[in-house]
Amino acid sequence: MELPVFNSAPEASASGGCASHSCGSTDDQLGHLPEHIRAKVHNHPCYSEQAHHYFARMHVAVAPACNIQCHYCNRKYDCSNESRPGVVSEVLTPDQAVKKVMAVAANIPQMTVLGIAGPGDPLANPERTFATFRELSEKAPDIKLCVSTNGLALPESVEELSKHNIDHVTITINCVDPDVGAKIYPWIFWNNKRIMGREGAAILIEQQQKGLEMLTARGILVKVNSVMIPGVNDEHLVEVSKVVKSKGAFLHNVMPLIAEPEHGTFYGLMGQPSPSHEDLQKLQDACAGDMNMMRHCRQCRADAVGLLGEDRGQEFTMDKIEEMDIDYAAAMVKRAEVHAQIARELEEKDKARAAVAQVKAQLVSIEGGKPKAETRPVLMAVATKGGGVINEHFGHAREFLVYEASANGVRFISHRKTIPYCEGGDTCGDGESALDVTIRELAGCEVVLCSKVGYEPWGPLEAAGMQPNGEHAMEPIEEAILAVYEEMRAAGKLEPRADAAQKVA
Amino acid sequence: MALEIIESCVNCYACEPLCPNKAIYQASPHFLIDPDKCTECIGDFEDAQCASICPIEGAILDEVGTPLNPIGSLTGIPLELLAQYQAAVEATYQAALEAKTG
Ligand code: SF4
Ligand code: SF4
Ligand code: SF4
Repeated sequence: MELPVFNSAPEASASGGCASHSCGSTDDQLGHLPEHIRAKVHNHPCYSEQAHHYFARMHVAVAPACNIQCHYCNRKYDCSNESRPGVVSEVLTPDQAVKKVMAVAANIPQMTVLGIAGPGDPLANPERTFATFRELSEKAPDIKLCVSTNGLALPESVEELSKHNIDHVTITINCVDPDVGAKIYPWIFWNNKRIMGREGAAILIEQQQKGLEMLTARGILVKVNSVMIPGVNDEHLVEVSKVVKSKGAFLHNVMPLIAEPEHGTFYGLMGQPSPSHEDLQKLQDACAGDMNMMRHCRQCRADAVGLLGEDRGQEFTMDKIEEMDIDYAAAMVKRAEVHAQIARELEEKDKARAAVAQVKAQLVSIEGGKPKAETRPVLMAVATKGGGVINEHFGHAREFLVYEASANGVRFISHRKTIPYCEGGDTCGDGESALDVTIRELAGCEVVLCSKVGYEPWGPLEAAGMQPNGEHAMEPIEEAILAVYEEMRAAGKLEPRADAAQKVA
Repeated sequence: MALEIIESCVNCYACEPLCPNKAIYQASPHFLIDPDKCTECIGDFEDAQCASICPIEGAILDEVGTPLNPIGSLTGIPLELLAQYQAAVEATYQAALEAKTG
């Protein structure tokens, strides 16, 4: 049987030829990519679980038109490609967008990425999108550009895209079968006509696949996003994952459908359920066998500004930007310094990690012969402000990172958003307290690691089968999780369970 | 012969670049069609371009005021559900208004 080796992925040895530090870092999920692609995405906050704690990204909305309709989108409000209905964002002219990006990049030197995503499809508005990119490549050549699209107009845009030094494209692909597509896309606009149902879905699928092939043929990185819609495409996404991988997509990101009646979308009003955390994870696991998955996507707003998960958009409204006095040249120099500093820090962490892994590996080989009992995997929730350590109070956390500890090491599973217990007041909405929300969101986790946890939430957490733990404050996340896992093993809590069902209060 | 954009337009920009006669222009509070320029696309396209891409049911009307995309025709949401939803939105809006004034 496999012995627990710090951070080692089971497939690592089979893939061969990888240095221990690269395949060990299960937290950034890039271990299995070819070296040149890993280098390209190394400091991209949307792709690297490591980097998103350090680097910043922003999105601007310049292109509100769309050429298709998705059943999870209500265009009366607006919506990103990423199934976030009901979020209204500021639509900027290309000139305003450039001004805004320059101001943000001058004030937040960690800024590395500009994305143009929803509302709408950037390639349904190619003039506005490309005008923005053209001007920016000139004024801030150090900023990476990326674009998210539904793919319908992709083949005709590839030529233009490759001119603008755009090396990341995200395509939202929810299916490769028109019969499935007919249940997701009621219509598309194609060759001067509105085409309904299956026929439209078939064209969309064909264009998406063609666009994907054309981009990868030119060496442009392509990420594929899929929205998991239970009963519609959930099983089918395993197939999608295989197909897009064979065509060269470097990441496949499965996101949960968000459908509430109040969004007024087709799915919302028809009562289409969203997937549970558990089902989402199962599907992500099923697809991960085929290719790398990105788990930390937070479905950020189309015009989000800042580090992932931290939205600073309010500081950069157009009228505030007009009043700013900015030295752009100095700002670019400053960015280069900050980026280099972060790169050094990441490298040191990598080294430290490799050293720890080596020691652990030696320990394992010493203990070698002693057989350990089979242990079951355990989900643990972590409260962190970033930096890869446990440094957030339970009551202040706006989200928890969920990890799985098992005999194979530690791997990142997902983010769970919540309402900070301290701000939640007594109730929010339907008489559910903030603590109830957190407990519901963390369903399935058996341990909650945080820097501190108050007396009050302790009881309810325990009653829900979640052990609060504040003993590992300021420790690196993976190490703390392994330590707790080891304690559980020693206490005989990790016998494989016949029924995997969680305790519920 | 001309089409008309009415207040349910959400200013999505989709129709404007498609018009063969440059009849559509951005205006406040919503996009408008210059009736002197609009030909309903006859001679250029089989279908009126603006009405073929507009995602909002009922936002574009023909000369006699009939919507080119009637309610329910694009999203496929059953009329009854749509009516319930609109009533709920209206109720929430009224409640918010009352809370503000009262
Ligand atoms: S592609 Fe984006 S904007 Fe267009 S309908 Fe789908 S989710 Fe909405
Ligand atoms: S019907 Fe045709 S000509 Fe008239 S406004 Fe629409 S797109 Fe322009
Ligand atoms: S396509 Fe429809 S909603 Fe969009 S701007 Fe034109 S009329 Fe308005």
